[in-house]
Amino acid sequence: MRALAWHGKHDVRVDTVDDPEIVNPRDAIIKVTSTAICGSDLHLYDGYIPTMKAGDILGHEFMGEVVETGPGSTLKKGQRVVVPFTISCGSCYHCGKQQYSACDNGNPADNQDIAQEVYGQPMSALFGYSHMTGGYAGGQAEYVRVPFSDVGPIVVPDGVDDDKVLFLSDILPTGWQAAEYAEIEPGDTVAVWGCGPVGLFAVQSAFLMGAERVIAIDHFPHRLELARKFGAETINFEETKVYEALQEMTGGIGPDACIDAVGLEAHGFFVDNVVDQIKASLFLGTDRTHSIRQAIVACRKGGRVSMPAVYGGIVDKFPLGAFMEKGLTLKTGQTHVQRYLPGLLNAIMEGKIDTTFLISHRLPLSQAPDGYKMFHDKQNEVTKIVLKPDLDRVAA
Amino acid sequence: MTDMRDDAPPATAKHGSGADHAGDLALEPNGDSLVSRSVTINRPRAELYRFWRDFSQLPTFMDNIVRVDVTGDRTSHWVVAAPGGSTVEWDAEITQDIEDEAIAWASTDGAGVANSGRIEFRDAGARGTVVTATILYDPPGGIVGKAVAKLFQREPAVQARRDLRRFKQLMETGEVATNAVNRQQHEEEIA
Ligand SMILES: NC(=O)c1ccc[n+]([C@@H]2O[C@H](COP(=O)([O-])OP(=O)(O)OC[C@H]3O[C@@H](n4cnc5c(N)ncnc54)[C@H](O)[C@@H]3O)[C@@H](O)[C@H]2O)c1
Ligand SMILES: [Zn+2]
Ligand SMILES: [Zn+2]
Repeated sequence: MRALAWHGKHDVRVDTVDDPEIVNPRDAIIKVTSTAICGSDLHLYDGYIPTMKAGDILGHEFMGEVVETGPGSTLKKGQRVVVPFTISCGSCYHCGKQQYSACDNGNPADNQDIAQEVYGQPMSALFGYSHMTGGYAGGQAEYVRVPFSDVGPIVVPDGVDDDKVLFLSDILPTGWQAAEYAEIEPGDTVAVWGCGPVGLFAVQSAFLMGAERVIAIDHFPHRLELARKFGAETINFEETKVYEALQEMTGGIGPDACIDAVGLEAHGFFVDNVVDQIKASLFLGTDRTHSIRQAIVACRKGGRVSMPAVYGGIVDKFPLGAFMEKGLTLKTGQTHVQRYLPGLLNAIMEGKIDTTFLISHRLPLSQAPDGYKMFHDKQNEVTKIVLKPDLDRVAA
Repeated sequence: MTDMRDDAPPATAKHGSGADHAGDLALEPNGDSLVSRSVTINRPRAELYRFWRDFSQLPTFMDNIVRVDVTGDRTSHWVVAAPGGSTVEWDAEITQDIEDEAIAWASTDGAGVANSGRIEFRDAGARGTVVTATILYDPPGGIVGKAVAKLFQREPAVQARRDLRRFKQLMETGEVATNAVNRQQHEEEIA
């Protein structure tokens, strides 16, 4: 089959690779109909994530048709399913508590050592996202082997467009969990750093959870415009002093909750960010953490900080004093995707959440390398790229 | 035990190998390297004990064990992969068997690779069972030494941890997790 493989920094290619098969009893094989490129994939593309190997198949946002099932799978051939990016067993202690992204068992035993050393506990497994999180082949491919297929994938009703439900795989539940972790109370003002897909879904979710005001921060006019469409006020950090603006816009109090939806590649000419970038280029550190620092300093006393953004390493100059003295709460983590799927599928079906607004480009899988370059270089216009393997099949 | 400084298990001591405490752990004093690892498994104690008590099932989750033949109620014959495609073999005998609680075994005299082990199962309430594996062994030199190094890997603690994780996966999910994309790759991995 054809699949998008990582070969190094800014080097991804569509290769011909082995077809996947059922290996374990609970597996299913999915024929991919839609698969998206994620902001998290850009961290791989830019070489920020360790434990990648040349030839690794990327992609963790995908859906498709069930074409084969193992004896332990509950799926049926022909069903259409969206697959969560987290690989969760459903039977360990953490899965029992619906902490699916903390699953003990998805990650192969040998792959667990790396995170055990670096993070103190082994990480759970994700599709297409380095060997520390399992080394599983991802979904930017014609076919995918999906382990624990009786727990993860959600069956989509017939007649519903791929584009409407694809983002259940990651960014919609991620934006939703980000808002949930902000513990929003009626009347709250919520500030969101980053108007990428995650930030934009966090904006929508925050309003659904009762926020009175949402202030969205980015520097891309088009992305800020999308946030405004959902009712957010906006700050362009290239035009405006973010901290000062947030204080003034909240009557000197600061936002009740701050959501960092930027992550380890924060942009902007800020002293701390420039220092981070120099360190990253010298391999003294990999994370650029400007946005989370700013969120902590801007947040009101006793407020909440929610951090869906991905960080991988050790950071400098974390404002621990501000964090403690103001009595903030920070919640973060990979998304417990499976926990939110039934509720969010309903919200989509009832028209409460708009998902398709995000898609700016649809490309055949064969053009995935161009897609990565576009998503990387032109973030203003390119909000989300969906790859469609069928577009190649039709052309062939 | 007069030198007890705290309540932590001996294998986590900063100084020494902890092997002096073998007796406290109901292990035969076979060797001077002690490895001990715990894992919590979300299954009842009795079920885990029963699975482990049948030593012939150990190769399903222990990487380097080719085969264990159960030769009697308390005796078994172990075949372990060695470098270069050869194998090392020894006889072992169960030295302690407390139903649903603990099993200890030791290689019999003349094993070449003196080793002993103990597995203990303790209730962990809603979390299932805490399983602790303790292995004591004597790393010899030569070809057999290499085999043992492979059996326990260079870092025996790492190997024990991996084996326990696979045991947990098998007991909790019914399968051992693998990122292999197809059966051929999977077979190459576990070979
Ligand atoms: N927790 C999870 O499970 C999970 C899941 C998916 C994605 N993520 C992470 O969420 C983050 C966002 O993902 P995305 O797909 O929306 O990414 P994206 O790259 O499309 O969006 C990031 C946005 O942040 C903006 N930005 C950069 N620097 C900024 C700054 N200093 N202040 C304000 N905005 C700034 C960028 O202009 C961009 O629009 C990434 O770190 C991604 O890895 C986490
Ligand atoms: Zn993603
Ligand atoms: Zn689990």
